[in-house]
Formats: sequence, C-alpha cells, structure tokens
Amino acid sequence: MEKEITVALVGNPNCGKTSLFNALTGLNHKVSNFAGTTVEKKTGETRLSAGVKAQIIDLPGTYSLYPKSADELVTYEILRNKAESNYPDLVIFIADASNLKRNLLLYSQVADLGVPIILCLNMMDVAERKGIRYDLKLLEKELGVPIFSINARKQEGIDNIKSALLNDKLRLTAQYYNLDHVNAQMLDEVCKATDKRNKYAALQFAINASSLLSEKAHRIIQIFEKYSFDTRKFQEEEILARYQIIDGTVRNARLKNTGQLKNSLTHKIDEILTHRYWGIAIFLVLLLLVFQAMFSWSSYPMDFVEYIFGLLSNYIETQMPKGILNDLLVQGILAGLSGVMIFLPQIIILFLFIAILEDIGYMARVGFMMDRIMRPFGMNGKSIVPLISGMACAVPSIMASRNIENKKERLITILVTPLMSCSARLPVYTLLIGMLIPDTAKWGPFNVHGLVLMVMYLIGFAAAILSAWIFKFFIKQKQKNYFIMELPSYKMPVFSNLMITLYEKTGAFVWGAGKIIVAVSVVLWVLASTGPQDNIAKVERKFLPTISNDTLPKYIREEAKLQMNAQKLEASYAGEFGKMIEPTIRPLGFDWKIGIALLTSLAAREVFVGTMSTIYSVNDEGGEETFSNIKTKMQAEINSQTGKPSYSLATILSLMIFYAFALQCMSTIAVVKKETHSNKWPIIQFLYMTVLAYASSFFVFTIFS
Amino acid sequence: MNLTELKFGQKAIIERVTDEALSLKLFEMGLLPGETIMLENVAPFGDPIAVLLSESKICLRLQDAASVQIKPIN
Repeated sequence: MEKEITVALVGNPNCGKTSLFNALTGLNHKVSNFAGTTVEKKTGETRLSAGVKAQIIDLPGTYSLYPKSADELVTYEILRNKAESNYPDLVIFIADASNLKRNLLLYSQVADLGVPIILCLNMMDVAERKGIRYDLKLLEKELGVPIFSINARKQEGIDNIKSALLNDKLRLTAQYYNLDHVNAQMLDEVCKATDKRNKYAALQFAINASSLLSEKAHRIIQIFEKYSFDTRKFQEEEILARYQIIDGTVRNARLKNTGQLKNSLTHKIDEILTHRYWGIAIFLVLLLLVFQAMFSWSSYPMDFVEYIFGLLSNYIETQMPKGILNDLLVQGILAGLSGVMIFLPQIIILFLFIAILEDIGYMARVGFMMDRIMRPFGMNGKSIVPLISGMACAVPSIMASRNIENKKERLITILVTPLMSCSARLPVYTLLIGMLIPDTAKWGPFNVHGLVLMVMYLIGFAAAILSAWIFKFFIKQKQKNYFIMELPSYKMPVFSNLMITLYEKTGAFVWGAGKIIVAVSVVLWVLASTGPQDNIAKVERKFLPTISNDTLPKYIREEAKLQMNAQKLEASYAGEFGKMIEPTIRPLGFDWKIGIALLTSLAAREVFVGTMSTIYSVNDEGGEETFSNIKTKMQAEINSQTGKPSYSLATILSLMIFYAFALQCMSTIAVVKKETHSNKWPIIQFLYMTVLAYASSFFVFTIFS
Repeated sequence: MNLTELKFGQKAIIERVTDEALSLKLFEMGLLPGETIMLENVAPFGDPIAVLLSESKICLRLQDAASVQIKPIN
C-alpha cells in the first residue's frame, strides 16, 4: 500500500518558501480550504520513492508564533493542533542564510512545539556576498537537527531534502527555550486547560487564545490572573532569551564575517527606486508601460484567439447536424466564451507584470514610498499591494490584505480594493473604448486607447482612496496602528516561479470565469430564443413571407430579416426581462439590451461582453457573420424610438463609469464574506458600490447628453 | 536620542523600545536592544524611513521610530 506523509513548509516572509514549494511540487498543486474552516491551504504532492508520497503544505510566511496578522494566524492555526488531520509529520523550516539570526527565532519556536523538524538554509549565495559563511556541521551539532543547504531559486539541493523526508532517522525534535522560570503549577493548569502535553505548546496556545479571545480564553485568563502572569512581559522575555541562545549558536558556527554594516547593492538600487523624485517617476512610468504593453503587445495573440474560436465554431456549425444543440453550442456557449477568452492575452500580460514586480522585491518598495500617501485615507503602505494587484483581480488581492496587522486598515483595504479596475473590466472597457475611438489613433508616441484605459484605472484608484477616506470616519479604531515592514534584498526574477504563478492565476481566471460564462450563456441563449406565448412565432409569421419572397429585391429581404431578428429578441423572455428593468436604468442612458447585460453581469463583469456577443449573434441568426465584430454591430444599432444610434457618447461613458464602480462579481462577495467572517461587510460593500455606480452614471449621462 | 534623530550613514546601537505595544513586533523583526542600526533611505514624502540592521532592512514610520531609543557610535 502507498504511504503518504504530511510535510509543512514554514519560514519567515521572503525566505524562499514558495520557490522551494514550486521546486518540490511543480505544477502538481492546488489551493483549497481546510475542511469546515476558512483557513486556506496550498498543498502539493511530490513522489519520494516508489511507495511513498509526500503531501506538502505551504504555510504563509510569519515572523513568530504569536500571530499579529491574518496570514500569520493561518500558520499558527495549522501548527497548534496535533489532532488536526493536516498536522504535519514533519516540518521543513526554510531559513534565509543571509539573515539567519532572525529566521532562527521562529525556527526555535516551531521546534519547541515538539514537531519533528529539519532546517534548510536557503540563499547561501546571498549570504556569501554579504561576507557570511557558516560551518554547517557545527551548526547541525549545536542545533541538534538535520541541516541542508539549498538554493531554492536555482532548484539546488532539492533531492537531498526528498531523501531526508524518506529517512525516519532524521525525524528529530529539539528543545531550546527553557520554561523553568515559569510557575510550574500554573503550567500544569495551562496544560490541562488546553489539552496539551508539551508545556511550551500549551503556554503559547494559551497566550494566543487569551489575546485573540478564541476558544477557552475565559478559563485561561482566569488562570493567568490567579498567578498574576503578564503575557506581554513573558513574550518579550521569551523573544530576547531566544535571541540570546541563537546569538551564541550562530556566532560559534560563523566562519567569516566582516561584522560591518555596509551599503549593499540593494542600498544603491533603493537610492534610485525610492528616490524623492525618481522613485515616484519610475513607478508612474512602470504603470504606463504596463498599460501600453497590454494594448500594443496583445493585438496579435488576441487576433489568434479570435481566429481559433472562429475556426472552432465554423467546424461545429458545419460538421454537427443542424438543430437546437448546434445553435446552443455556437450561438450560446462559444459566442459567450470567445467574447471573454479573447482578452486572455491582456490579462496574462497584467498578471505577468505584477508577478515580476512582486518576485524581484519591488512591490515592498512601492509600499514604503506610498505609506505616507495612504495614511490619511485610513490605509497603510501594505495596502498598496492589494490595490495594485486589484488591477488584475480583486479576489487574490483581498486575500493579500491578510498581512496588514491593523484590523481597521485591513477592512478599509478590503472594502475599496474592488474599485480598482480589475482584468474582468478590461474586456468591457476595451469594447466600449473601441466604439468611441479608432484603434489606430495616436497621441504622440502613445496609443490613445492605452491612455483612455489608464484614465479609467486612475478613476478607479481615485474612487478607491476617496471611499477609503469616508470609511475612515465610520469604522471604529481599536488597535494601535503601525507600519513596520521588511524590505527584502532585490532578486533576479526566476522564470519557472513566474510561469507557475501565471499558470495558477490565469488558470483560476479561465476556469472561474469560464464556468460562470458557460452557465450564463446557456441560460441567456434559452431566454433569448424562447418567449411567452407564441410571440416569437407571431413575429416569424409576420416577416417570413417577405423574407422568402424571391421576387423582392435582396436589400428589402435583408432588411426584413434584420427587423425580424430584432423583434424576435424583443419578444423573447430576455427581452421581457430587460424591458422590465428598463425604467430604472433609462436615467443612465441604458436600453433594455444593456439591461439584460447588466443583469447577467451581476455574476461577473466580463459576462457583459459574452452577453452582448450572445444577444447580437442570436440576432444575427448564425452564419459566417456569427463572429464578425460585435463592436461594429453595436455601433450600427439604431434606437427604434429616437432613430439615433443606441450607443451615443453619453451612453458609452455612462456604461463605462457604471462598470468601473459597480460590484458585479460573485467571487469578490464570497471572498469578502470569508475574509471578514461576516455578512455585514459584503452587504455594505455591495450597497455602497451600487449606489456609487448608479449616481455617477446618472451624473455622467446627464452631463454628456 | 531616538531613531528619528539618526542621520544618514550614522551608526547607532539600539538601547530599548519605549512603546510596549510595538516592542514585540520590533523584536521579532530583528530590531532589538544591542543591535547596530543605520539609516539607509527616507521615503519620498519624508516618512517612513528605512534602516539597515546587521542582516536585514526594515522600514517603519517616524512615529514608530520615535519609540526606539538609540546610542550613536562613531
């Protein structure tokens, strides 16, 4: 029978944990939740030998086992409970060799929990560049656990770890911090109250439980009071005592040390990248570059995706027997899917840029530069990462806010992140901007499309920080707020890591959006091709004699066919539905067709384009023109009441503003509910964004019409 | 003297952290009594600041830095 062991990766932030995880598991991993909890886990599998597999759990980077932020809490939650099925058989602790002292602080805490542990020293090359070298044999002897030297980014030393996982003799535990100075009787009571035998694990759990006010907090606080045990003072003493032990160990094992603080390459780069003027200028140029790249680099791959979908639908249409299934596939599902998948190249470029900036360590600098600007708005420098990655997708960004220690700042960041223009809005903007301005328009060296798009992103950002400023006055502050963050040394990006990140993020987008789009497309197609009573049949009866009359000139028959299709859509359930809500959206300049799209994109914004494709292709009765440019069709659309184009400047601008502000994304609502552990905040968020969207669209439409 | 008064390139030894609410976080990040510290960068708007410790680089706000007592060394 196959044996499986559970291994957890633990370490400080920026220690190279994710690189090691990728090196061990490759693409063979997934993100899921621990059963029955909101704690997220990233797990992967690696084969150790013919009969043994290892289940690798990647835990968020943390500085200590006394969690101060939501991501640190995740790591603590996994390591605290031996009864939990995911409790590791073994911990691989990854330490940054160039910053060993601080890394070993957490290491010693984890080891003291009594879990078997092996220590991996990563980034030895960085350490050597700093003039630091260690006698690994001596260090191994002093610490009493197996030590491996690895280079996770270059995938060096990975096989040694794999064989170590197989070797039961290397499952060692170690004990560093002595609890003799703590009242033994109290420790016994704490052990009993927390159901733990390991004294440090019990006390550590008790201290966290008392400060987090989680389970058993009441009983524990009683015990602490009885013995007048000061938890804060204990923690402070514990940390200092651990540093003292580590200091001795590290000093003994250190071979070479210049012992001098000196300005490194990282310092020289920071002089420029965080410079008073240059720093800000470089940041803005980088952003502009991203938008230009999204537009100019993506046109060929986009044409390619369009071409593939065209081939596919043509093939299905001609090879499959004609009928309902054929129509559903071509006009419903494929039309809906292609409308969004065509934007995949742009989304990939955006995800790639953000992944590179994260990987080389630049994002932390942006946080450092922006903290002063974010502060008056009730956020801090760490909020900038969620906000910027919000331009890709709000869902992972909201999860990225977990490292913000202050609850109020984190909540505000979560509430306003969805206002940043995410990649799902990109298809909508691209379509609408394209209707206003020709593709080829240039302003100096810049593509005008790219510039207008950047303006849309800036509007989103402005709305986000202004909303944050307003929320600041309504959300109560309990904790002290501070901004203390590590600026990791710059690293060269690693291609395989970038590709894995890209694969994960893009995959999540394609499957997440794809599922919703297919479902919505099917429903929509059914609603658009059927109607109450025999209204649709009536329309057909009215027009068919004209259309099939060969004696009439061709243009009259074509005209009649268009008329028929328009009236058929109007007579369908979808048409009825759109008309029902038309009165509420007419002040914004939207007709019932846009109404249908607004309803369907309540699930996800990108469905707008799919819906438009579906509506207009149903209208078109398939044929070669199914995939002809939907933009052209929308531009040609004439409002039957006014006789003017349905999509006037005012309507298009109003629609863009509506999509910029409205919270049309089920996944975001779900993740906010999860991250805030409440129903209240996702509801507030949905309401404020809807009101903002409606009011702003109304304003824009009124001004421009 | 506190950390906000440190000048570029000047080194100092950390003596203690006066703000109890911050001390744990600062200690965990490696900013603890006895460590040598040096001012490396100041953010574009004059705040926060980035300091170099023996093995890492940490940034913090001026208001947080004010609670770090230091003794300059030559």
